[in-house]
Amino acid sequence: MERDEAAIAMEADAQRKVIDQTLFQPLTVPEFAGEDTGRPAVGYWSDVWRRLRKHKLAMTGLALIAVITVMAVVGPYLSGHGYAQQNLSLTNVRPNASYWFGTDNLGRDLFTRVWDGGRISLLIGLLTSVICLAIGVFYGGISGFAGGRVDNVMMRLLEVLYSIPFMLYVLLFMVTLGPGLKTILIALGITYWMDMARVVRGQVLSLKEQEYVLAARGLGAGTWRILTRHLIPNTMGPIIVTATLLVPQAIFTEAFLSFLGLGVSAPMASWGVLASNGIDSLSVYPWQLFFPALFISLTMLAFNFLGDGLRDALDPRLRK
Amino acid sequence: MPKGKKLFLLTTSLFAVLMLLLAGCGGNNTASSSSNQTINYAPGDEPQTLDPAKATGLPDATIINAAFEGLTRYDKSGNPSPGIATSWDISPDKLTYTFHLRSDAKWSNGDPVTAQNFVDGWLRALDPATASEYAYQLYYIKGAEAYNEKKGDASGVAVKAVDDHTLQVQLTAPAPQFLGLTSFQTLMPIDGQVVKAHADWAASATNYVGDGPFKMVSWVPHQEIKMVKNPYYWDAANVKLDNLNFITVEDDNTQYTMFKNGQLNFEYNVPLAQVAQLKAGNNPDFKIMPEAATYFYRFNVTKKPLNDPRVRQALALAINREQIVTDVTKAQQTPAFAFVPPGFNDANGSDFRQNGGDYFKEDVAQAQKLLAEAGYPGGKGFPALSILYNSGANHQEVAEAIQAMWQKNLNINVTLHNEEWQAYLNDMSKLNYDVARAGWMPDYMYPMTFMDMFVTGGGNNETGWSNPDYDALIQKAKTSDAGTPAAFADMHQAEKILMTQMPITPIYFYTQPVLIKPELKDVIIPPFGVQAEFRWAYVGK
Amino acid sequence: MVKYLLTRLLSMVAALWVIITLTFFMMHIIPGGPFATERKLPPEILANVEAHYHLNEPVWKQYADYLGSLVHGDLGPSYKYFGRTVNGIIRDGFPVSATLGALALSFALLVGLATGIVSALRHNGWQDYLAMVLSTFGFSVPNFIVAGLLMYVFAYWLGWLPAAMWGTPQQAVMPALALAALPTAIIARLMRSNMLEVLQQDYMRTARSKGLSERAVVWRHALRNAVTPIVTYLGPLVASVFTGSFVVETIFGIPGLGRYYVSSISDRDYTVILGVTIFYAAFLMFMNFLVDLAYVILDPRVKLVDRKEL
Repeated sequence: MERDEAAIAMEADAQRKVIDQTLFQPLTVPEFAGEDTGRPAVGYWSDVWRRLRKHKLAMTGLALIAVITVMAVVGPYLSGHGYAQQNLSLTNVRPNASYWFGTDNLGRDLFTRVWDGGRISLLIGLLTSVICLAIGVFYGGISGFAGGRVDNVMMRLLEVLYSIPFMLYVLLFMVTLGPGLKTILIALGITYWMDMARVVRGQVLSLKEQEYVLAARGLGAGTWRILTRHLIPNTMGPIIVTATLLVPQAIFTEAFLSFLGLGVSAPMASWGVLASNGIDSLSVYPWQLFFPALFISLTMLAFNFLGDGLRDALDPRLRK
Repeated sequence: MPKGKKLFLLTTSLFAVLMLLLAGCGGNNTASSSSNQTINYAPGDEPQTLDPAKATGLPDATIINAAFEGLTRYDKSGNPSPGIATSWDISPDKLTYTFHLRSDAKWSNGDPVTAQNFVDGWLRALDPATASEYAYQLYYIKGAEAYNEKKGDASGVAVKAVDDHTLQVQLTAPAPQFLGLTSFQTLMPIDGQVVKAHADWAASATNYVGDGPFKMVSWVPHQEIKMVKNPYYWDAANVKLDNLNFITVEDDNTQYTMFKNGQLNFEYNVPLAQVAQLKAGNNPDFKIMPEAATYFYRFNVTKKPLNDPRVRQALALAINREQIVTDVTKAQQTPAFAFVPPGFNDANGSDFRQNGGDYFKEDVAQAQKLLAEAGYPGGKGFPALSILYNSGANHQEVAEAIQAMWQKNLNINVTLHNEEWQAYLNDMSKLNYDVARAGWMPDYMYPMTFMDMFVTGGGNNETGWSNPDYDALIQKAKTSDAGTPAAFADMHQAEKILMTQMPITPIYFYTQPVLIKPELKDVIIPPFGVQAEFRWAYVGK
Repeated sequence: MVKYLLTRLLSMVAALWVIITLTFFMMHIIPGGPFATERKLPPEILANVEAHYHLNEPVWKQYADYLGSLVHGDLGPSYKYFGRTVNGIIRDGFPVSATLGALALSFALLVGLATGIVSALRHNGWQDYLAMVLSTFGFSVPNFIVAGLLMYVFAYWLGWLPAAMWGTPQQAVMPALALAALPTAIIARLMRSNMLEVLQQDYMRTARSKGLSERAVVWRHALRNAVTPIVTYLGPLVASVFTGSFVVETIFGIPGLGRYYVSSISDRDYTVILGVTIFYAAFLMFMNFLVDLAYVILDPRVKLVDRKEL
């Protein structure tokens, strides 16, 4: 196929030299007009929203996220207890009228702590996802699209980064930047962008060969335009799914770090910290695990339903 | 065949094959021994090494203590009793010890135990090529320190085998703790021929030869170390256990489940969350054993305002220790108002701590007054302090409780700083902290092991504190007063200075909650040294 | 093809070297060391011990020595567990982690793929919703909680299964499940998502209009194309599952390699950190290589090499 193309090109070239150029006037048509679609612009995003609204589960997810977010903001003020307020004579109390979720082993109100923890966990999850999205899409997009040697180098580099023990750079950051929220975000961001990049690259590799890229190329579109107008919207599906799945991953890894004692500093606590503390007393004070675990699950459910809905809503082939 | 189906079948068969494989290579299950004279014990950690010259950790010491026997062995009254040595003579100047060894002691491979075995073992521990971390436990012996520091020769070390059953040692200065140390793992004998023939004899059960009541038969790292009664042990007739298995699973919640399931009948580390309800429920398996160790907080005296002893005293007086041990740690610990825990003999044989008494009393009003005197009335102007602690146990809860107490009682701002173990050790030794949590266990049963920590520039001081009177007292106790009752008086006085100047503040004396089935009898759980002594243990009913 | 394999091999070796170097120097920047103890050693003893393990030599020399012994396949002694070597640790631990990983992986693939397919074929039906909710629980609960819950229910409360340790099939059930929970859920959702996309494709309509039975349409066309993105996920999945989850192995007392991964870092056991990292890295690279090959087999449109180089 290659050689034929070249041959044709050469022939055309030769022919061009024979015909008088002055007989031809270039059309004054905007450069990329040829590849505009004929339909009126419905607006990609309003179409997405319209389709999303129809997806029941996704809307449930969205509603749950809204409720949880509101509670995370407002909840700590509702109970009248502070999240760090200890009452050493009321430790490990079952849920009752004044302590709606019970108390922990230092007599602190779990209701307040769960919602305060929600703030931290949600923040960690969302921010990490955003960071990874940005870095991963960029890296994976360029790598997949460029192909060949550039792709090779970029992927080898990715493997190198991927195989460094995760905890090593978390520890490194903890030491240089000091422990806490900021360090966790950086460490999580740097770890998870690679999954995103891999998925994007995989998608781009397959899509690169598909018809509409050839078509766009044929119409004279440049690399940047192909990336933004065609490749990215068409790879959106798996990317959004991955980004949505990143939120729980980030929250989990933070829980794992808390399990190892590297999470946020006391008396702050994320859901992960509360859950890993709760596991130890599962057989005696089960409510200490139940509430944080419940809200982790609900939040994950919510994000996933939303992610599914978005996937359906964003698939351009499902456009009506 | 379509790809999907292929994949499906492939994974199904893979799964099936793996299950069959597992069923086939069964074995190495939990201790499945037919005899009921079996103890399945969880020491809490995989031992770092079972080489007596190199071992430093408690699980390591416990396991070595079962496989080896030194000149003495601690008995249930907490005194060194005859082990391989039947008797010993101490010269009037307390510098020369002569040990008379029994003639019927044998190694687990049948070789006889001789005095030369002890010489070999001790010299090997001191040999710089062995790189033993505990070599300093032998520094009481003349010439030992020089040999270990490459300034002298092995022949200069004053320990010799007078004959096959007589061992003679010469010390540099009188040291009452030396006799007890002869039961310690670093001072165990070795079977010279075995050690010379196999460099890695201590790394597996194949060549692991010991002269103690039990013999190792298998060692699967991070699973289990199986031991059986050593038929060649000189007192094998009176060893009642047939099997002693150390289950080296590390998670303590898992160990707890294994105990409930019957996979274990003795567990050293009880998960903290269970302690309170086990105690409240009067569970017959649950015991709280005293431990000769202290939980304390260090103050960085090089940092303002902690350089002022009044500030440190105020902080110490404003803690409610009773509340911490009752509501936070909940394992019947004893609030500490001095540094050396109970369990150490004083000059007249009574308890050192009892004689010394308490050196201070909690008093919030007094604390506030001291703080005001130091220039911070009502906590005004007092900079924020940070408490450094390592992740794990309930250090966080204790720190949180103390943070709340200081905030409430003194109106000062306190933050918490949690670090991973190595980073914590590093920061503490570099004085990179304000207040830091710490714990200390004895190396031997003599109060000096606690008192000589805080001499000027001492490696274990880590507070920046320096007090010439204190240094002088410690020096006197170690040299001119060594071996006399005056040494104890020196240590009492030094402790008084320590508790007045408060570079550290003690919080409580440790206890060790354990889970042990009541049918396990005569298991000794001493306050230090090893986790448990199984020599006399048996399973009754 | 041969040229591709050679360049690939070369780049893997180069990558390994970068990993070794990076890890080696990063480790030495972090504070602490294998002999930093709470009970401070007398300085002469500390110096002696460190000299014994060559830790007092300049970092460059230690690095060069390490590379030298690496070429001979000697990963060095463990700094924490005196008497054990890194080679020995890997030799003992890897088969255990691998078996556990294989079990978890096969479970995840079987159940995940099946669930994803059924879910997609019965899109928006009750099977779809049920499967989605179940799979969400699979990854909405962190694996240490799953492990803890499993142990509580089956070992503590019901007493049906042994709580811990390794060797019999009963001892493998809970850890494998705990390890498989997350991958199963992810595979199920990915498969469902891909299947749904693929089922909308034009060539599906073509296949149906050709008169093929629904079953043939699904098995022969849809599956093959839907599975492709899963293959991307498989590479990292296999690597992380096989080398064991620290949490699962610690909680269930399983003597595998995964637990060493994290404990060696807190112990500052330099040789074990390096050894396990190199092993893990090499394994991961090999897996990714297989994944890329699988990609070519499954998707004929993908070329490994850019066209211009053919």
